[in-house]
Amino acid sequence: MNNKNNLKGWLYLLPAMVFVGVFMVYPLLDVLVYSFEESYNFASQTYNGIGLYNYSYVLHDPYFLQAIKNTFILVIITVPLSTGFALLISLALNSLTKLKDLFQTVFFLPYVTNTLAVGLVFMILFKKTAYSEGLINLLLNSFGLSSVDFIEGPYWAKMFVLCFYTIWVVLPFKILILTSALASVNKDYYNVARIDGTSKLRIFTKITLPMISPSLFYLIITGFIGAFKAYSDVVALFGTDLNAAGMNTIVGYVYDMLYGNSGGYPSFASAAALILFAIVLTITVINLLVSKENVHYQ
Amino acid sequence: MKIILENLTKKFISRDHKNSVVIAVNDFNIEIPDGKLVGLLGPSGCGKSTTLNLICGLEEPTEGKIYFGDIDVTNLPPENRGVGMVFQNYALYPHLTVRQNIVFPLENLKGPDKMSKEAMEEKAMEVARLVQIETLMDRKPSEMSGGQQQRVAIARALVKTPGVLLLDEPLSNLDARLRLQTREQIRRIQKETGITTIFVTHDQEEAMSISDLIIVMKDGIIQQVGKPQEVYNAPVNLFVARFLGTPAINVFKGQIKDHKVYIGEDAIMDTKASDQEVYVGIRPEGFVPSEKGVFTCRFDRIETTGRDTSVVCHNENCISDEDIRAIVDDDLYTHKDKVIRFNLKVHKTYVFSMDEKVIDE
Repeated sequence: MNNKNNLKGWLYLLPAMVFVGVFMVYPLLDVLVYSFEESYNFASQTYNGIGLYNYSYVLHDPYFLQAIKNTFILVIITVPLSTGFALLISLALNSLTKLKDLFQTVFFLPYVTNTLAVGLVFMILFKKTAYSEGLINLLLNSFGLSSVDFIEGPYWAKMFVLCFYTIWVVLPFKILILTSALASVNKDYYNVARIDGTSKLRIFTKITLPMISPSLFYLIITGFIGAFKAYSDVVALFGTDLNAAGMNTIVGYVYDMLYGNSGGYPSFASAAALILFAIVLTITVINLLVSKENVHYQ
Repeated sequence: MKIILENLTKKFISRDHKNSVVIAVNDFNIEIPDGKLVGLLGPSGCGKSTTLNLICGLEEPTEGKIYFGDIDVTNLPPENRGVGMVFQNYALYPHLTVRQNIVFPLENLKGPDKMSKEAMEEKAMEVARLVQIETLMDRKPSEMSGGQQQRVAIARALVKTPGVLLLDEPLSNLDARLRLQTREQIRRIQKETGITTIFVTHDQEEAMSISDLIIVMKDGIIQQVGKPQEVYNAPVNLFVARFLGTPAINVFKGQIKDHKVYIGEDAIMDTKASDQEVYVGIRPEGFVPSEKGVFTCRFDRIETTGRDTSVVCHNENCISDEDIRAIVDDDLYTHKDKVIRFNLKVHKTYVFSMDEKVIDE
């Protein structure tokens, strides 16, 4: 009886397991295998040996090191800033009485807009061409500052645009999550705090923050993962030849190794992908450990 | 501290209709004596919670004044009024332990009132002992029963030794047995501290059992104020009579003719009032079965619910309920006939005019 039930259970699970197996587990394992096969030839599907050469190559590749640097800068700047801004804006929205819905809609609009279209707009805003300065440069000029080419100019300018753009793109979703988290905090907590004469700052740090900490934590974790996997935003701003622009990211490097101008190296791509995986896993585990202390689930 | 409410009025603009005004609290004038436990009683939506919010300062009155002792607190913010409040859902901070919850109000103190850690701890333990939760200080609210959470909330409200303690439906989230225990606790705590306490409830039994004074409200208007038993024994109008007492009072259509009160054909008592249509209210304990009784009903059945034995019968003039309930003293009482006659206790029988005010005979 028990055996029969077991069999039935597995049968019910079969469709899902087949799909997960074929489209998730097998590719993952395959990537792992590729990453250890040295001098793999895509056309003849042969390789010379098994070893760590691919990892060594990738870790010594200046393009990859640049990609890692870019990605880390992006993560370190955008995750805290975007979460902080989202929190500030949500608090402001939450305290509004009139026009709350209007502002909520306005802040959510970027979320439903296409990444590439937005990237194009940013490019037009920031780009300096032979014919025009670009809106941002015009603004800078009006303050007496000289023009900067944000798209093809110095590294810091390009990084600034990328971070600005990334924050702007991820903000709406975070605002959405945080406004609903703030709205779901029972008003009685604030009433009690008022009667007890609690200062605004203390209400925020001792009541509001712990109450919304699960949502905040969710945003930080997904924010880290999302920023580490940044790619399409960068393409939208700087085009597909990211190595030349010096603005490549880890995912961009993986893509270039597979399909780019210098592509056709699945082994290098796999090694890079697994290095990214290791980084994201480490950061997420650290996040989880930190959250044990500071996140309060009810 | 005594509390005086003077012409206190609170109007809300209704959300569903434009410009329509809801008067939640209508011209309250009352003096609540120092050190008493006062029950604010009324059906849902009668404005009792609004009254509480006005007293603690979470709402601003549209008109009128509030005095604590001799001080006008009408325009003071809640934190400067020296009130402690316990909310219906307790509103304990879920991420803090019991100790941290109780100490929280003390940590807000600034300037000369600022307390040392040891002093706060001592004060917290003092109130914890008062409400008997001193062994639970390191628990989180989610690890406690409803009754324990309730006591933590009271401890937190008391820790700054407020002049006034306000409780909003303090027992409504507890089960029946715990409710009995907790209301005794509230009574004891109030007696030990001597703090003027106002609690809101829609449960008349709760209010009657522990209050020194009850205020019965309906539609934002005070109906009657007095000691619970006085209000029960001498309701000023039909609403108060019907609201207090379980089983509820039986109400009949009747009339006064030639200085006698009639229900249907039965003349049940004498009166000095002039001839008119009236309502007659008879408490369940006001019926005395008697062969030659003045009031005739159709007998239905006898119900025994633990302590009380009641006769259930019918009369076509009854407008309160289909069943008339009469509590009889004899718990072995039997009855066989289809008709049952009662004599009525005069002090348990009330006559109300058609505008529902009591008629004193």
